[in-house]
Amino acid sequence: MGSVALYIENNGEKLPKSSLSALAAALEIKQAHGHEKVIGVLIGGTGTSAAANEAAQYGLDEVLYVQSSALEQYLALQYAETLKLAVDAVQPAVIVAASTSRGKDFLPRIAQLFDAGQASDCTAILPGGKYRRPMYAGNVLADVEITTAVQVVTIRPSAFGAASKAGTCAVRELAVHVLEEPRMKFVRFDQVKNERPELGEAEIVVSGGRALKSAETFQQHILPLADALGAAVGASRAAVDSGYAPNDWQVGQTGKVVAPKLYIAVGISGAIQHLAGMKDSKTIVAINKDSEAPIFEVADYGLVADLFEVVPQLTEAVKKARGQ
Amino acid sequence: MNILVPLKRVPDYAVKAKLSPDSQSVVTDGVKWIVNPFDEIAVEEAVRIKEKRPDTEIVVVSIGPSSTTEQVRTALAMGADRAILVTTDGAVDSDLAHRVLAEIVARGDYRLVIMGKQAIDSDASQTGPLLASRLNWPQATFASKLEIDDTWTSATVTREVDGGLETVQIQLPGVVTTDLRLNEPRYPSLPGIVKAKKQPLEEIPLASLGIESAPKLKIHQFAYPPQRKAGTKVSSVEELVAKLQNDAKVL
Repeated sequence: MGSVALYIENNGEKLPKSSLSALAAALEIKQAHGHEKVIGVLIGGTGTSAAANEAAQYGLDEVLYVQSSALEQYLALQYAETLKLAVDAVQPAVIVAASTSRGKDFLPRIAQLFDAGQASDCTAILPGGKYRRPMYAGNVLADVEITTAVQVVTIRPSAFGAASKAGTCAVRELAVHVLEEPRMKFVRFDQVKNERPELGEAEIVVSGGRALKSAETFQQHILPLADALGAAVGASRAAVDSGYAPNDWQVGQTGKVVAPKLYIAVGISGAIQHLAGMKDSKTIVAINKDSEAPIFEVADYGLVADLFEVVPQLTEAVKKARGQ
Repeated sequence: MNILVPLKRVPDYAVKAKLSPDSQSVVTDGVKWIVNPFDEIAVEEAVRIKEKRPDTEIVVVSIGPSSTTEQVRTALAMGADRAILVTTDGAVDSDLAHRVLAEIVARGDYRLVIMGKQAIDSDASQTGPLLASRLNWPQATFASKLEIDDTWTSATVTREVDGGLETVQIQLPGVVTTDLRLNEPRYPSLPGIVKAKKQPLEEIPLASLGIESAPKLKIHQFAYPPQRKAGTKVSSVEELVAKLQNDAKVL
């Protein structure tokens, strides 16, 4: 049944958790859909060979990588062309990647180059060659089959656990000539400074909404609670639109989709598009003044109260409970 | 210079999707249709460019049944100059959409295609990059800021990506997809709405474009996700912490 080519995103030498989720998904596709092997493909600048060696420890059948100074910065044109050439060497039946902002950006170009159908943001691998993917802000799930000779599948990282280490495989550098491409240039990256766990990787997430009223009060209330819990910080679209939190913190249909063990929604009403980003969390806590807020319909524990009063209390109680 | 703004009509996001009794389709009879919110942001951005550079022509294009004229007129009322509606009563997926758009691009002289990063019904996020790839154009997705240089040679785009904001420069012609914070779309003005009724709207039957596209995805079945049960209300912080420690065991 051919092989699965897995694009493994790397950050220099590091593999983000989303890549380990994609690894797990690719191995699941191999097993569920009866493919022969999974071949990991990495492309990038400095550190890619080290990341390839790391990726080789998770039970793949082979890892290929392209390392070039021309790939130091991610750019859609360059990466699509290079991944196309690298994947050509594999002749896969399925091309898999995580639907991170990078995967969303350039995997459709790969689909176009292979004349492949693409199933985006899949949350489950089904028997019979099918995949499950959410639509309509997660209010509908569709079981889809890709009918083209080559399939492109992007997977939602929060829906798959991280792969665990298992037998090491061969790692091979591919000599792909990376074309000069003057039509796209990297200018700069303004990183959101964040000492806290990554939103997509954290076991606990504390999110704030519009009821926080300002960037200052958002920071004064949400951050101490998050730090007491060792949690990542999220925000509703309303809070981000109002400038209380950076865009990178947005949880929802069009932001990050998270599924932590514990999600605490503070001052978030629970619009459909926000629920789409967090309703698969294991335990949900909602704190809101409005007892009618839709967030309470999905919350395991709801506290109807003024957040400015109870959040500092909760922060102290958590500190005490954790012996801080 | 010409800007092409593709737009999709989608069911109103405030209405929860409903499945047919046999779970083979999402019911769209009687739903309220709106312009996909991300495409609306694209229309707004094009209008803002035109306000600064009056020699810009904005063409909006949509694919769908004749009744899609309503959403297309909304874009005209916001300030687009003319519209193309490629008419079909069939299903339009990302694959068909990008092929149609490539054909429309080939029939014009566009420096920029700007469209939503995703449609809020199918949530596939494919059409923009698919189109850019088919045209072999550069792309900048998830734009939160867009600046076009004086000669329409290049665009500098700030993108909302994992971990922060990335700025890239792309040479034009190119494809830009919009994110939420690029702008806040205006409401069409009354004079705009009146004027939109008289603006040119060309209908082209899909069949006349000679595009071959068989669906690449077969949907076997739809389902609702498992519903979460509403939990319990707690009356105090102490009770909440106790529940999290003893029942949920997450603290």
